[in-house]
Amino acid sequence: MIKQERHVLVIFPHPDDEAFGVSGTISTYREMGIPVTYACLTLGEMGRNFGNPPFANRETLPQIRKQELLKAAEAMGIDDLRMMGLRDKTVEFEDDEKMVKLVADLIEETQPSLVISFYPNLSVHPDHDATARAVVRAVRRMPESDRPTLYTIAFAHNTKEVLGEPDIIHHVEGAAKKKLATMNAHASQTVWMMKDMEKRLADQDPEALKWLHYERFYTYRWDRDFE
Amino acid sequence: MEPVQPAHLQELIDSFANKDVYIHLETTNGSYASHFKEGFFNAGAFIRNVVVKYELGKVAGESPHRIGLKLPYGWVYAQGITHYTLDEHGRLLMAGLDPEGKLAVSLEISETPFTY
Ligand SMILES: [Zn+2]
Repeated sequence: MIKQERHVLVIFPHPDDEAFGVSGTISTYREMGIPVTYACLTLGEMGRNFGNPPFANRETLPQIRKQELLKAAEAMGIDDLRMMGLRDKTVEFEDDEKMVKLVADLIEETQPSLVISFYPNLSVHPDHDATARAVVRAVRRMPESDRPTLYTIAFAHNTKEVLGEPDIIHHVEGAAKKKLATMNAHASQTVWMMKDMEKRLADQDPEALKWLHYERFYTYRWDRDFE
Repeated sequence: MEPVQPAHLQELIDSFANKDVYIHLETTNGSYASHFKEGFFNAGAFIRNVVVKYELGKVAGESPHRIGLKLPYGWVYAQGITHYTLDEHGRLLMAGLDPEGKLAVSLEISETPFTY
């Protein structure tokens, strides 16, 4: 059961961060008529997949990934996509207050009932953790009664030890096509993975089907704040 | 980008010598290296849009090549360069790609600044 929302604000640092574990949820919200704003902080400028023979170089990659992000947004039905202009791998080195303000301004403008991002310090990539810290801090500063709900994703190896099992499980089978289209939109990042995934899905591999049909989140708990 | 042709790359490197040029230099194992391989010591470095003027630049070794730039008071070098291109903006882009096509090192030289 996916709860009704007034407005959903999704904040991730890289194009494709939304694809693997949130695109089914986003697509479903859009089908429910819920406005979704996706703020993507960088264009994944420092990605490493250039292919062999290479299809891109360090200077052309951002434009390729920008086009992929636009395509992914279209696949999910997102009409409010924000590209925030930071550089991949540098988010943690930005001024912390500037990052909080960036998030606070997005919240102020879009008045979301739900924010979706990473969980601080359990999200492996330094940009993920830095984004998550800024999101949590911005929401924490709001009066408790005004705070949007915060759904987070985490995938560090010790996630279960720290957070236990996710409390929110979305059944998104109805959006499976859109989820696959979103994954495929980010071809420069996913083409290798998707070859394998499509084979596993064709073979009805239970793990692959579970990935496609369910998305899992930890509701951020203010009584167990990360700092 | 094309596989390095050392003589041609040497000509291109020579053409940027004794000029103020912007440098992009990067080494990386990827941000997920120690996630996928527990205990992996992940190290890398990145500089972008630092201006230098080199008096001598050389392509050395067999592929993957080493590139060294001698500055009046120092050095820049990159190891593991496999591919290069002179792009439509006249920038010399060099990269070291592993067999899967993942970038491990890159060195770029331009007379105009790179984007942010
Ligand atoms: Zn990411």
